[in-house]
Amino acid sequence: MAKTVEGLYYSESHEWVKVDGNIAIVGITDFAQHAMGDLSYVDMPEVDDEFEKGEEFGAVESVKAASDLYSPVSGTVVEINEELEDAPELLNEDAFANWIMKVQMSDPSELESLMDAAAYEAMCANE
Amino acid sequence: MKYYDKLIFDLSKEGRQGYSLPANKWEALVSELPAGLLRAEAPALPQVSELDVVRHYTNLSQMNFGVDSGFYPLGSCTMKYNPKINEEIAAMPAFAGLHPLQPAGTVQGVLRLYKELSHALSEITGMAEFTLDPFAGAHGELTGLMIIRQYHMSRGDLKRTKVIVPDSAHGTNPASAAVCGLEIVQVKSKENGLVDVEDLKPLLDDTIAGIMMTNPNTLGLFEKDIKEIAALVHDCGGLLYYDGANMNPLIGMVRPGDMGFDVLHLNLHKSFSTPHGGGGPGSGPVGVAAHLAQHLPVPKVVEDEDGLLHVVGDDPMTCGQISGFMGNFGVLLRAYTYILMLGKQNVRMVGPLAVLGANYIKESLKDCYKLPIESVCKHEFVFDGLLDQSTGVTTLDIAKRLLDYGFHAPTIYFPLLFHQAIMIEPTETESKETLDGFIEIMRHIAAEAISDPESLKTAPHTTPVRRLDETTAARQPVLKVKDMN
Amino acid sequence: MAFAYFPHTEDDIRQMLDRIGVGSLEDLYSDVPQDVIYRKEYDLPDAMSEHEVRQYFEALAEQNTSLFCLCGLGAYDHYSPAVIPHIISRSEFLTAYTPYQPEVSQGTLRYIFEYQSMITELTGMYCTNASMYDGATAAAEAMMMAMASTKKKTRVLLSEGLLPQVIKVVKTYAKFNGVELGFIPCQDGATSYGAMLTELAAGDVAGVLVPGINKYGIIEDFTGFADAVHAQKGLFMVYSDPSSLAVIKTPGEWGADIVCGDSQTMGIPLCYGGPYVGFLACTKDHVRKLPGRIVGATKDVDGKRAYVLTLQAREQHIRREKATSNICSNQSLMALYVTVYMSLMGPKGLREVNELSYGGAHYLHDQLLQTGLFEKAFDKPFLKEFTLKALVPAEKIQDALQMIGVFGAVEVEPGLVNFCVTEKVSKENVDAIVGYLKELEA
Repeated sequence: MAKTVEGLYYSESHEWVKVDGNIAIVGITDFAQHAMGDLSYVDMPEVDDEFEKGEEFGAVESVKAASDLYSPVSGTVVEINEELEDAPELLNEDAFANWIMKVQMSDPSELESLMDAAAYEAMCANE
Repeated sequence: MKYYDKLIFDLSKEGRQGYSLPANKWEALVSELPAGLLRAEAPALPQVSELDVVRHYTNLSQMNFGVDSGFYPLGSCTMKYNPKINEEIAAMPAFAGLHPLQPAGTVQGVLRLYKELSHALSEITGMAEFTLDPFAGAHGELTGLMIIRQYHMSRGDLKRTKVIVPDSAHGTNPASAAVCGLEIVQVKSKENGLVDVEDLKPLLDDTIAGIMMTNPNTLGLFEKDIKEIAALVHDCGGLLYYDGANMNPLIGMVRPGDMGFDVLHLNLHKSFSTPHGGGGPGSGPVGVAAHLAQHLPVPKVVEDEDGLLHVVGDDPMTCGQISGFMGNFGVLLRAYTYILMLGKQNVRMVGPLAVLGANYIKESLKDCYKLPIESVCKHEFVFDGLLDQSTGVTTLDIAKRLLDYGFHAPTIYFPLLFHQAIMIEPTETESKETLDGFIEIMRHIAAEAISDPESLKTAPHTTPVRRLDETTAARQPVLKVKDMN
Repeated sequence: MAFAYFPHTEDDIRQMLDRIGVGSLEDLYSDVPQDVIYRKEYDLPDAMSEHEVRQYFEALAEQNTSLFCLCGLGAYDHYSPAVIPHIISRSEFLTAYTPYQPEVSQGTLRYIFEYQSMITELTGMYCTNASMYDGATAAAEAMMMAMASTKKKTRVLLSEGLLPQVIKVVKTYAKFNGVELGFIPCQDGATSYGAMLTELAAGDVAGVLVPGINKYGIIEDFTGFADAVHAQKGLFMVYSDPSSLAVIKTPGEWGADIVCGDSQTMGIPLCYGGPYVGFLACTKDHVRKLPGRIVGATKDVDGKRAYVLTLQAREQHIRREKATSNICSNQSLMALYVTVYMSLMGPKGLREVNELSYGGAHYLHDQLLQTGLFEKAFDKPFLKEFTLKALVPAEKIQDALQMIGVFGAVEVEPGLVNFCVTEKVSKENVDAIVGYLKELEA
């Protein structure tokens, strides 16, 4: 059973968001890494990239699958987790401890449209 | 098959060479070129003798499985026998030595072949005209979509930027559409695997350039509603594209042109017996209805009143040039050889015998393997894994176990509609005895799944190498000799 | 009468129909609307025997004229060693599909890995794919790669020194793919650095594609090019003849990000334009946007060295419309062709091929200038093909050469003609041809 973490926001496309002031820390959920299997590559955004909520910002790849990542909030990338470039397996080891990007949010009210852990778990149960 | 572990680089020894060139009697030397235009160090290519090369590649070939090695029931790939006469004709010096820019007057035989092969393909498919320039199926698809867009653009109908693709389609369909600048709209399949006409109707409007269909579809099922679909798409101003990857069961029985298709491509390396070559060269001729002929790519071959053939390199209505010269001519020679061997008599039996073999296997195995759609199939069909899935044996395990028994595996995990898809296509060149042998082994494997599942989960056991670590290969790519250490 | 490719006896067919539970072969098409079943006779020839087929093609071949080749322009008459056709016609290579089952495809996978090793060695790149259709389509794919790698840019620049068929094919792809092309003219027979700077300054350039050896046969000097392109965050791309890269400066040394071209120059028969084999190579930064199949080394469960298709998440069968390209089949067997060629030649043999071509081309060049029919068009370094200005209509020279069974003097541009020499051309050949032209002039 895939785990979730309380206090995070979740998107329908399986990203999580941790809020730190005006910064959104974004990663993929444990459910997503399970579904993908052994990850072989993370296609990372670049610092200064700007995304709208719902816009594609990268992808995760396994040997036989690829899945696009969609930004759960609008804003500008301020930092990326460079460790993932050489070690995508970190996401398999702990999807919540290893974030992908940090975004300076342009509209924090967008967070309200995301799910909490319980709602996300319920959604996953139906997939 | 035996294991052999060397790379040609491992055999290299400074000073050896596998080919002797003529003595150099010229005066000028490359070293006269400005130093800034020369490479700093000689390339580290292998240095080996001629016998080293022959033995090395002979050893490599023995780790490969081809149609000549055994039954190759790879779904959607039409692995039929590749006749030897095809190869001999393609190697004739009178064809192999011709430069592609030679004047038309010196290559009338070549151009005649383009004309005759085009005509034969028109007869077999019911399309008015063909280009033989595309290099492969995906290249043909792209060319066909370019023709469709060119048609709409030439009419000033610039809104048509979307193409409808069924969810069961080959991955190349949406990829070709994207390369051609078209937006993809997906249409769903019904439970019986066919395109859902009711789901299609609301998608049809004046932004639709066309629909791409494979018929029979990737489940091997004939799209019975094809004439209704054709009428609906034509009524909205769109065109119908036929993906010829699955043409084999229709050869001799049904012509896509008669079903209402406007554009199609064929895979000469599937339906017309030219070898797959480990992934090419293929050939993907594109046929069109008469009203689209003006948009075919250049260069084109045209005949004048005196029966002389010419190459036309430019044309205001064409979609453009899509290949450096005029396609894979050597492959065209092979395909036409096959058509001449078939003749008007045997061509009638290609489809029916291919369909006979597929249905025979399906009916002989459906009590062991899960048949999701009970129906007469065409050249191929799809099982959704074992009937008894309690053992944890997967489609991958079945495929790998087949290798141990000397068969190539079917296509697996495609189409995506079923989680444990096993797609089987036998072709018309396989005998009843071969099919019976395959059926027996498939039944044996189904029994093994219960009696000894471990032997399947760890298969293959007898091949030159066993299951590979694909994850490490993708995480830490080693893509050339220099990456190895 | 029985047909060689159909093994079914009447009894077999009956038994198989019985198992299926239908009465006839036609019943297998009961799901097809009956009005689309084709019942007319096909307008095709009667079935032939092998012997008749041979006679048919021999008659067809007689309508062709084999000519001694002094023409380049994208197809080169290099010698093909006898070993190669024997290797590539081994049916384990010839009749295999794409190596999707690696356990029984190590032969194909291994030669692709060797091919990748050799092409990267020649080009000075990090990685290459398992092949493209031909040079022109490889150039179009390079353009799309540049667009995919540099998000949000809209233009790609092409040198007008590229072969005309390459430009035409790239234009077709660009038109439908929504890429805006800009063109860099040639000055004195080489891509103009100044004109490139002007185009770059206009902005929005995803990449610049230039020919290593251009349509005039001139070896281009790219001093400063890569820096200028990179300064605008574009990709520097070179269209190369891989055979020439045994001696001339590699695209890697020039700072290229992507290299494309056609490996027909490595012994593949002219065969009226195909099958040839395109290649596409790139630096490490762009591997994930490289289209087509790529082979990587790994190990099997027993620890044996083995090879497998890798980085497949880039490809159409997984990414569908989001793949960089739609390529699926490539020209794998022709990649084996050039792999065997490179193995036979080695670094010294490939150098010698270039020396012989260079020596012969320069001799022919100087001799032709003495016929009175030509004058120099450019004063720039060339390798095996060159361009002269024709002082009489080019067609006349071409026709005259054809009279003695020679193909050459093809017009690159009005009044400018191409000649090409490979190691297959001897001094006696050149002297005889030049002697004939001198007589003609007199």
